[in-house]
Amino acid sequence: MNITIHSSMLPHDDPDATLAFYRDALGFEVRGDVEYGGMHWITVGPPGQPDTAIVLYPLAATPGVTEDERHTIAEMMAKGTFASINLATTDVDGTFERLEASDAEVVQEPTDQPYGLRDCAFRDPAGNLVRIQQKS
Amino acid sequence: MTRTAVEAQRLRDLALLRRVRDRIDREYAQPLDVEGLARGAHMSAGHLSRQFRLAYGESPYGYLMTRRIERAMALLRRGDLSVTEVCFEVGCSSLGTFTTRFTELVGMPPGAYRRRRPGATEGMLPCVARQVTKPIRNREAPVAGRN
Repeated sequence: MNITIHSSMLPHDDPDATLAFYRDALGFEVRGDVEYGGMHWITVGPPGQPDTAIVLYPLAATPGVTEDERHTIAEMMAKGTFASINLATTDVDGTFERLEASDAEVVQEPTDQPYGLRDCAFRDPAGNLVRIQQKS
Repeated sequence: MTRTAVEAQRLRDLALLRRVRDRIDREYAQPLDVEGLARGAHMSAGHLSRQFRLAYGESPYGYLMTRRIERAMALLRRGDLSVTEVCFEVGCSSLGTFTTRFTELVGMPPGAYRRRRPGATEGMLPCVARQVTKPIRNREAPVAGRN
């Protein structure tokens, strides 16, 4: 078998803020922005890695989710307890400085963790936790 | 207000609490207190404590102290700092409060924990180690030796 991880899904609630974070601050390229009825599905990914992407999807459009469930998920997103993603870079400190200067919400400065890696953490505009670790 | 407006306000309030919680995670080693956190979020200390507890199941003070104890456990396992040094390093100004809370959460005093220097996370995947070395929130640790 030859399977790669092609795209993972993160919810968002504001297309402009989402683009400002993933494209302008994180430096990802925008590979697609599908609009339907005012909702946006935005595909982003790191330059030079066309086989890996994140799809930022609007929570409201998920079929089969009841109104109560949508409420709960929206609240968990706002609280910052719903979704997260781990990224890696060869320069965690430089990446941190760039993101911090962009006014992204900082959760953790670059820190040497007791379990052996150095990482930092941010929130994306929807409240998803974005943890970035140093590549060894 | 319409239902949509009420809901939008509720989400904004929760996002405010998230920023307080993230600030605790970022600045736990500073001399933070609930008054200061509340001022930063433009609310009263009592209101912040109540709303934070409703949202996260524990008070902001409890969350802050658990965060400090979590870092203290890591520093004590490293073994190059004394208990007093670790206490101040993680932002606690009172050794007594630090020792009491540490013992409640970990099940043994910091000095005993340091002497044991548990090397249990060696060889463990970082993402697993991160989970298992977190102090237990919202309930006291089991008495040492029982688990």
